[in-house]
Amino acid sequence: MRKSWWKILCIVIIFYVIFMGLMGPVPRLAIINESIRNTYFHVALWLAMTTLLFASMIFSIRYLNKGRIGDDDIASELAKSAIFFGILGCLTGSVWANYTWGDPWPNDPKLNGAAVGILIYLAYLLLRSSFEDEQRRARISSVYNIFAFAVFIPIIYILPRLTDSLHPGSGGNSTFGSYDFNSDIRRVFYPAIIGYILLGLWLAELRIRIKVINRVRDEALITSDKIS
Amino acid sequence: MKKVSLLLLTLFLISGNLFAQAVDNGVPMADKLREDGKIWVVVAVIAVVFAGIAINMLRIDSKVSKIEKELNIK
Repeated sequence: MRKSWWKILCIVIIFYVIFMGLMGPVPRLAIINESIRNTYFHVALWLAMTTLLFASMIFSIRYLNKGRIGDDDIASELAKSAIFFGILGCLTGSVWANYTWGDPWPNDPKLNGAAVGILIYLAYLLLRSSFEDEQRRARISSVYNIFAFAVFIPIIYILPRLTDSLHPGSGGNSTFGSYDFNSDIRRVFYPAIIGYILLGLWLAELRIRIKVINRVRDEALITSDKIS
Repeated sequence: MKKVSLLLLTLFLISGNLFAQAVDNGVPMADKLREDGKIWVVVAVIAVVFAGIAINMLRIDSKVSKIEKELNIK
């Protein structure tokens, strides 16, 4: 196992988040009650997803700059683990909304924005699968990935704040950051984000390595065909 | 003087009541669960499940490394 210290760190952080997230002190708030602990498990998912998508966009830009196919592999797998987090975020959000807002999918701009954002990225995967030629696929989907991120941020973070939304920080609602978000929450919330990011990177890394193995094997098959 | 001190005492008692409310403002939380101590069982179960997932991921990781070694990647 080479360079695996960050994987161990990921496991340690997530254990810390499980223990402190369930047993640590939290502010007493009406209506949400104990479900404030979902901040560690649900909100952190979205922030980790955004970070992974940002990293994916960076690697797409790098591919367009340098033209190495490896960068495109990294970009696509980072996007995949981010979409995985996004779908988990939608599901966990539904559960939370059901018990605090009384509806699994209230017609909230942030929810619909998140759904559209995930669809945009599913379209990215669809676009990738529709090309046979590797370089062509990498070039076109890299450009798409950059645009997708540029649309994703306003749709999920900026537009919901301009209208009325049930989420904190929108319409008349205060943000968590203003007064509810005390140091007890921060102590678990920030490690939770880092833990999720590392977990996403780990998932992506495994898939990238399998991709590289497949590519090497295919090349070996082609060369052995030529020799024989 | 006596009246003033009485007034102060009353105010102090009222404020003490308010302090108590600030600590426990009647918002229901899972205090009972923690008193019973059984919530730790749930935490332990979740921890065991995640430990299993983590071990599984580490094993997949090492298997991929082994294949990489066979194919001389990096």
